[in-house]
Amino acid sequence: MNDVDPVALTVFLFFFLLVTVMGFLASRWRKVGTLDTLDEWGLGGRSFGTFIAWFLIGGDIYTAYTFIAVPATLYAGSVTGFFAVPYTIILYPIIFIFLPRLWSVSHRRSYVTPADFVQGRFDSKTLALAIAFTGILATLPYIALQLVGIQAVLDVIGLGGGDDAGWLRKDLPLFVAFALLAAYTYSSGLRAPALIAFVKDTLIYLVIIVAVIYLPTQLGGWSGIFDSAEKAFSSFNTENADAIAAGEASGKGLIPGLGVSQWAYASLSLGSALALFMYPHSVTAVLSTKNRNIIRRNAALLPAYSFLLGLLALLGIAAIAAGIRVKNPQLAIPQLFEQEFSPWFAGIAFAAIAIGAFVPAAIMSIAAANLWTRNIYKAYINPDATDAQESKQSKLASLLVKFGALIFVLVLPKDFAINLQLLGGIWILQTMPAIVIGLYTRWLHRYALLAGWAVGMLWGTIAAYNKPVVGDPGSHFGGSVGPLEVFGIQISENLIYFGITALVLNLLVAVIGTVVCRVFDIGAGTDETRPADYLADAGDPQVADELDAIKTPKY
Amino acid sequence: MADHTPPGRTPLAIAGIALTIAIVAPLLVSTYAKNDPELWGIPFFFWYQFLLVLVSVVLTSFAYWLVIGHERRRRAGAGLPTDQDGGSR
Repeated sequence: MNDVDPVALTVFLFFFLLVTVMGFLASRWRKVGTLDTLDEWGLGGRSFGTFIAWFLIGGDIYTAYTFIAVPATLYAGSVTGFFAVPYTIILYPIIFIFLPRLWSVSHRRSYVTPADFVQGRFDSKTLALAIAFTGILATLPYIALQLVGIQAVLDVIGLGGGDDAGWLRKDLPLFVAFALLAAYTYSSGLRAPALIAFVKDTLIYLVIIVAVIYLPTQLGGWSGIFDSAEKAFSSFNTENADAIAAGEASGKGLIPGLGVSQWAYASLSLGSALALFMYPHSVTAVLSTKNRNIIRRNAALLPAYSFLLGLLALLGIAAIAAGIRVKNPQLAIPQLFEQEFSPWFAGIAFAAIAIGAFVPAAIMSIAAANLWTRNIYKAYINPDATDAQESKQSKLASLLVKFGALIFVLVLPKDFAINLQLLGGIWILQTMPAIVIGLYTRWLHRYALLAGWAVGMLWGTIAAYNKPVVGDPGSHFGGSVGPLEVFGIQISENLIYFGITALVLNLLVAVIGTVVCRVFDIGAGTDETRPADYLADAGDPQVADELDAIKTPKY
Repeated sequence: MADHTPPGRTPLAIAGIALTIAIVAPLLVSTYAKNDPELWGIPFFFWYQFLLVLVSVVLTSFAYWLVIGHERRRRAGAGLPTDQDGGSR
């Protein structure tokens, strides 16, 4: 499986080198000022028009998540694997409802991060710190997912050495790729991923279209593909009936048959959709749009992406029909491409997947780094930081964030890369009461929100930690759903995404805490926003056309 | 709320209903977690969700159209600029 095909490898390396050079040269592209200011480095000088912003948002959607993680779960016969499709369906109506308000208040009050908004709305530095910290933490496993995707490609192309290779030979190519990514993000900031996004999206659309049209014709059409997957799954279930009954293996299937797994399917979709737009990198992308209606228009148009995402997910099932046998399900799609495509096109496909993981990894690490500089470094450590100091902090933070992600890759179980993203989701969802409910009402008390956040974070983390990998009792972080069980009391057998359960607990604590705070008449702080702020649009008085990362915080 | 001007809120309510349908329909998993009827050999579970993507595009676009119209009237009533895309490339 690890024979290096010279043609595929050459094509892959060609594109890889191309984007690396572009990444380094990006610092000279559309240059306005010097990269020594956070503005220039972290927001790309904000001279991006709608078109480039659209490419960047696309970059958030087609990542290793879509190419590797989602098809891998379907390949492995997880009945909940297809949840990514309802997730991206409900994502856009949710964006349509909430984000225009966030856009308006942010542009009226010059907020760049969700933590800025929470600080302004609830007048609590501690709550803002909690929001900023959560954003950074939750981004780590999401970046880790991208690294796992790159690793899968390197493995299949023969550079990774597979499972039996030594530690160094196995992980060295990943480290090299990682170091290059870190280096050009460090030197070029957001311009690097923005420029590379053009190459990436062209490659990705090419590969997706060819894959979803050409592959099924080679494998007996979709009906043949589903037939052979069903046969493979039912023979697996028969052969392993004892192990499945004993809980040492998971049964395989296509459709969530029982109410138990249907709950998991629905709660994973809802949780992921609510989580996505609160990640620092999504907020950055949304706030960079020119007016609030661009957000709504995109929300109406972007679901077209979900259609392709669904077809890509089904390639995991196509891999079964193609007779792909891999122990690590993450390798299913790269392996399928290698087997079915001619070598030069396989090389292009590998490049598309790898670059498709690089771009979001760079964007995410920059967004997390901005959060660090703005809401932690400048708010707590050095309020009088100069522009150059800020830029330096962000650059260093972007490196640290990537190393943090690398730790997630090396430490957590990699059976299902999708769990990395779901783990991040558990955390980021806990910022929802302060951010989303805060957009509508200030009824919830700042300290109650903080208490709710703490309970949600704690419960979610413990629940994920205690979840063993199937067939490996005593292991940790093996999944993201479990029977509804709160502090030892089982409430329902239905499997629920931990993020949703934690969010419900969070809200309960916030509501009860608010009542308590009111009874004891604890100060709620001053709200610096005005109702009209939430409806303001570009061109209105006092609305910033472009947000300034530097000037605003007035802690 | 700063809606002092009274362009009726009915369009917003209808848009809200359209968006709610787009959010709730995919969450009712038991309504579509089944194999039949198949379409070109694809189980119902899968093709129905692809259909939902298209339905969601229609519903969200419809909501967009309603909300934009409402916003334009509200802003005109409040004496604010209504040229939403002013200056965009």
